[in-house]
Amino acid sequence: MEYISLFVKSIFVDNMIFAYFLGMCSYLAVSKNVKTANGLGIAVIGVLLITLPVNYLLNTYFLKPGAMAWIDPSFADVDLSFLSFIIFIAVIAAITQLVEMLVEKFAPSLYSSLGIYLPLIAVNCAILGGSLFMQQRDFVNIGQPVVYALGSGIGWYLAIVCLAAIREKMSYSNVPAGLKGTGITFITVGLMGLAFMIFMGITL
Amino acid sequence: MGKMKDTFVTPLLKGNPITVLVLGICSSLAVTVELKGALVMALSVTIVTGLSSLVCSLLRNTIPNRVRIIIQLVVVSLMVILVDQFLKAFESTYAIDKSLSVYIGLIITNCIVMGRIEAFALGNKPFPSLVDGLASGMGYGAILLIVAFFRELLGSGTLFGYQVIPEALYNAGYVNNGLVILPPFALILLGCIIWVHRSLDKELQEK
Repeated sequence: MEYISLFVKSIFVDNMIFAYFLGMCSYLAVSKNVKTANGLGIAVIGVLLITLPVNYLLNTYFLKPGAMAWIDPSFADVDLSFLSFIIFIAVIAAITQLVEMLVEKFAPSLYSSLGIYLPLIAVNCAILGGSLFMQQRDFVNIGQPVVYALGSGIGWYLAIVCLAAIREKMSYSNVPAGLKGTGITFITVGLMGLAFMIFMGITL
Repeated sequence: MGKMKDTFVTPLLKGNPITVLVLGICSSLAVTVELKGALVMALSVTIVTGLSSLVCSLLRNTIPNRVRIIIQLVVVSLMVILVDQFLKAFESTYAIDKSLSVYIGLIITNCIVMGRIEAFALGNKPFPSLVDGLASGMGYGAILLIVAFFRELLGSGTLFGYQVIPEALYNAGYVNNGLVILPPFALILLGCIIWVHRSLDKELQEK
């Protein structure tokens, strides 16, 4: 039950895009058509699912204040949490590189359709944001970060596919010259965000 | 000298990272509820972009092309750690650092930093790279402050925490606009800023 609640919450209430604006850059740049948006969304879910649990383990066993007590009791007062940014981003960059190599080897057709978007994921704020939120939330076991990663990945995926669908339709409409492209996209995302606020009060 | 001026002015207007290049939206919008947070964020980003552009430019001939993203990320995250620890060190900035929560850490993946390194610092001498990095940070900061100005004024009637809208107006029935505080409004406001910017500068309009 607790997992379902976390799952639903991370998709709708704490949506990466609409509640925290994470991953906005690639969100705006890659949402011109549904097909590529779909690919990037799936890639984000995949990378989140791998990096978040790995970073969770690193955080619990190495970085948290007193986390290294399992090696030797004398390490109990070591606090490496100031290193977490650099460790998290290194893990993310390495895993993205790894995923890229694996996809290239085992699914060449997917690789060519995702193309440049895979390496871009390393600098997607949603991924690093997921890890930093995980650190703030103090999850108690490995199951929670996995569910959280899945939920926020799906939330991001939903958001980018919705926006891509709207933008595909919008390319036929008559937008004022100055608003065309970026401007109207921002306003659309703002309105979608307002709609997502409906989920704000939901608790399961 | 003229070229250096160009390097400095372009990121502020014609090549503004937010309104024109659409970079670095990620961590920027959530910190614009108050001017104070926005100012700290703007300064931090300016320092990080400037310094990491400088360092990457110094290293540009030694970085192997294949692993450059990882090296850039390491340089940037070092700078961010410095800024973060600096903010945590003083009592007055500690509260702001807490209120900015993960967004200081997210400067690492702020596309402006990486974008300027990729597009400028890897192909230019250290000093122009430093100038370009600082200017990009300022262009970003300027937009951040504009958005925060409207959001704080309309949303809470204050500027930098000081009451600006007089008490008499509240007694006359004026209420703060709750919508402005909500995150989606930042996007709508930014859309409007882009609209104004592009209406003034017709070259930037998209076909």
